[in-house]
Amino acid sequence: MADTATATAGVDHHDDHGHHESFWSKYCFSTDHKIIGFQYLFTGMAMGLIGGFFSYVFRMHLAFPGSSIPFFGVVSPAAYNSLVTNHGTIMIFWVAMPVLIAALGNFLIPLMIGCDDMVFPKINRLSYQVFLLSAIVLIASFFVPQGGFGGAWTAYPPLSAESQYNGTPFGAPMWLIAVTLEIVAFLLGGINFITTVMNARAKGMKLYDIPMVVWMIVIASILFMASVGPLVAGAVMLLFDQTLGTGFFDPAAGGDPVMWQHLFWFFGHPEVYVVLLPAMGVVIEIICTFSRKKLFGYKMILYSSIGLGILSFFVWAHHQFISGVDPRATYLFTTTTLLISIPVAIMLFAMIGTLWGGSIRFTTPMLFALSFIAEFLIGGVTGIWLGSSGTDIYLHDTYFVLAHFHYTFVPIAIIGTFSAIYYWFPKMFGRHMNEFWGKIHFWGTVIPFNGIFLPLFVLGAAGQHRRIAGYTAYPDLYTENFQDLRVFATGSLIVLILFQIPFFVNFVVSLVRGRKAEANPWKANTLEWVAPSPPPHGNFGDNLPEVYRGPYEFSVEGREKDYWPQNEPETAK
Amino acid sequence: MLEYFLPRASSFAGSIDHLFDLITYLVMFWFVLTMAFFFYVVFRFRAKPGQKAQYITGETHKQKQAVEIPHYLILLCDLAILFYTFKVWHEVKIDMPEYDEQVRVISQQWAWTFEHAGADGVLDTDDDIKLINELVLKKDTQYQYELQALDVMHSFSIPVFRLKQDAVPGRKIFGHFKPILEGEWDVQCAEMCGYGHGFMPARVKILAADEYYAWIAEHTPAHLKQDTAYANTESQLKEAPNNG
Ligand code: HEM
Ligand SMILES: [Cu+2]
Ligand SMILES: [Cu+2]
Repeated sequence: MADTATATAGVDHHDDHGHHESFWSKYCFSTDHKIIGFQYLFTGMAMGLIGGFFSYVFRMHLAFPGSSIPFFGVVSPAAYNSLVTNHGTIMIFWVAMPVLIAALGNFLIPLMIGCDDMVFPKINRLSYQVFLLSAIVLIASFFVPQGGFGGAWTAYPPLSAESQYNGTPFGAPMWLIAVTLEIVAFLLGGINFITTVMNARAKGMKLYDIPMVVWMIVIASILFMASVGPLVAGAVMLLFDQTLGTGFFDPAAGGDPVMWQHLFWFFGHPEVYVVLLPAMGVVIEIICTFSRKKLFGYKMILYSSIGLGILSFFVWAHHQFISGVDPRATYLFTTTTLLISIPVAIMLFAMIGTLWGGSIRFTTPMLFALSFIAEFLIGGVTGIWLGSSGTDIYLHDTYFVLAHFHYTFVPIAIIGTFSAIYYWFPKMFGRHMNEFWGKIHFWGTVIPFNGIFLPLFVLGAAGQHRRIAGYTAYPDLYTENFQDLRVFATGSLIVLILFQIPFFVNFVVSLVRGRKAEANPWKANTLEWVAPSPPPHGNFGDNLPEVYRGPYEFSVEGREKDYWPQNEPETAK
Repeated sequence: MLEYFLPRASSFAGSIDHLFDLITYLVMFWFVLTMAFFFYVVFRFRAKPGQKAQYITGETHKQKQAVEIPHYLILLCDLAILFYTFKVWHEVKIDMPEYDEQVRVISQQWAWTFEHAGADGVLDTDDDIKLINELVLKKDTQYQYELQALDVMHSFSIPVFRLKQDAVPGRKIFGHFKPILEGEWDVQCAEMCGYGHGFMPARVKILAADEYYAWIAEHTPAHLKQDTAYANTESQLKEAPNNG
């Protein structure tokens, strides 16, 4: 706790300021929020490679069932289930969460609210260490006898609770422990984000002067902390069921397996918004900067996202329409689910409203941000077919669901992440990424993405269920037309993967040889652009910025410059 | 739209398909409108030399209304969808029509057992016909099904019926359907249930009445045939006591 007082005071509290740090203390045991942000970013990207590799393996299996997959081999039913399970788990908990919340939250929050570090730097460091441990436990679980857990990322008991059913006596508990540790890491991080934004804002920064991406990360952290409690309780009970033979979820011992579904989805649905909101925040920052426009309806967006967060606690059972809950309960959950389309739509409309009347520059981050709006819209509207309990009877657990949630998660976790990286790269590393290769990467990502998942809507509408390794055994599914769709989806994925190579090359080459970036290369208003690129330890030196206006004062009438940084005193021209 | 992929083989498949179509029309209307508007805006307001962006806060009354009014209309569409959803849900999952036949569906790792009531129309009697991975039904007959799981969760899904229901260990779940088309289609498991989850294929066969009785006759053990007057099977089935 001693950290609090010194960190907010702001002037050289870091004992390591003046002297030279070793590589070890600088990059591995640092308490600097930027370094911790990078640690999260790179760990998340590395986990993304693993999760992406898994999707390559099982998509190849789906296109060419039974054949040996390059770099993997023949996919057994057990391997298929484990690959799908861990792909989903990794992408949500070890990619979307660390990159969008932890990496961006850590890197951006102190810079954007104009302070020198997080309020609790040591808790922050602990958060990453626990997170790293959780990733190691998860990866280790693939290599234990009988292999990794394969009972789906939702881990419904009794399958997940008893190794006699799931066949993974070590993989299942390790999976659960890893997820629990990951949650602990994010609880530690979340405390930090909220406290820092509440207490350490620059002088003059009122609540409505906070940049939207910061608000979004804070709201997401609150949502996460408020929803995760029941899941942690459930996880501990499930772990006891697995290892001690208790029967919390075992009907034979008086438990109830459906209870887990409630605990899981009470967290699981808000979790979707936990990753959505930061991505929306990123997109908002970028479209304001590159259309040179004030954000359309700041308060409307802010209140919509708070309303969205609250409403998201009342929709969880839409994942359980047909799971044996009282059928009358669906009347309530269908209603709340359809209602939640309203705040999401308001936010998207406000983004389009921001573009109206703008002067739009199609830089790489802007292209990604614009495609987020278009692609997420597809994900959003397809949710209506599933939120309606009547059609969900048919569509539940089909590829239609799968395509729907990838149309939300890929814009969030992949498109949102790339737009953030291209946008803040100059600030993070003091150099520019190459625009030409960035655009190649953009088109090579977004077009094949639709090529993967549009066919899967069709397969789902035609009745193919998800998590089915052996669809060849089902005559209605194993037809020539459907097989063409599967091959097309897989082919698109291969194209998408190949187009990630220019990104990684661009990233690495730009790190060392990219064009040097000035402090404010995009001519944006928020405070991170006041600090040098890259910002030194302590961010702003001894002069912490002072704030005079909101974050989106672009193209103000009567001013010569089309931007007006938050820290510029009124008199300056 | 769904009938383009799969026939409608149950009495409520049409209702679900119509709901699907209603949602498709309403959602597509807004989707196409929004997308078109989005691309129009992006194109129209691309940066041009010497042209400055406008300063719009989005906080004036008129500007707020530009966002709010479409949302009242969307809310109206939501209400229409809700209303029709409730109707369909009631028909499929809440209403329990009087049934003529019973069938028990038992799921386990990794096979389906279908217990047909046999000639007497009553489950748990000697003439029950138990089949693995094969469900045989009579066309135009109202069925009640009883769904059980012996080990983990499974989900009983017949896409041509537009029917799906999770099977929960420790519970008996009842539901209904009425086959209306002759033919043979897939039954899938729709809930992850372990290694063999992707390999639990079963088939549903819907037979016309006469074929169905012939099938019953063929599968009834010989010593029971003497007791049962096969000429009257149909009337017997109708009189069978409702023991659900
Ligand atoms: C573009 C890359 C991706 C591809 C090609 C892909 C493909 C797939 C496919 C085909 C499945 C289902 C397999 C099956 O049910 O048999 C799946 C499952 C899943 N994916 Fe992805 N995915 C991608 C990216 C993502 C991302 C970015 C996320 C989340 C942030 C994600 C989250 C999930 C989840 C949660 C599941 C469900 C796992 C389960 O059923 O237990 N995926 N993915
Ligand atoms: Cu949900
Ligand atoms: Cu199954």
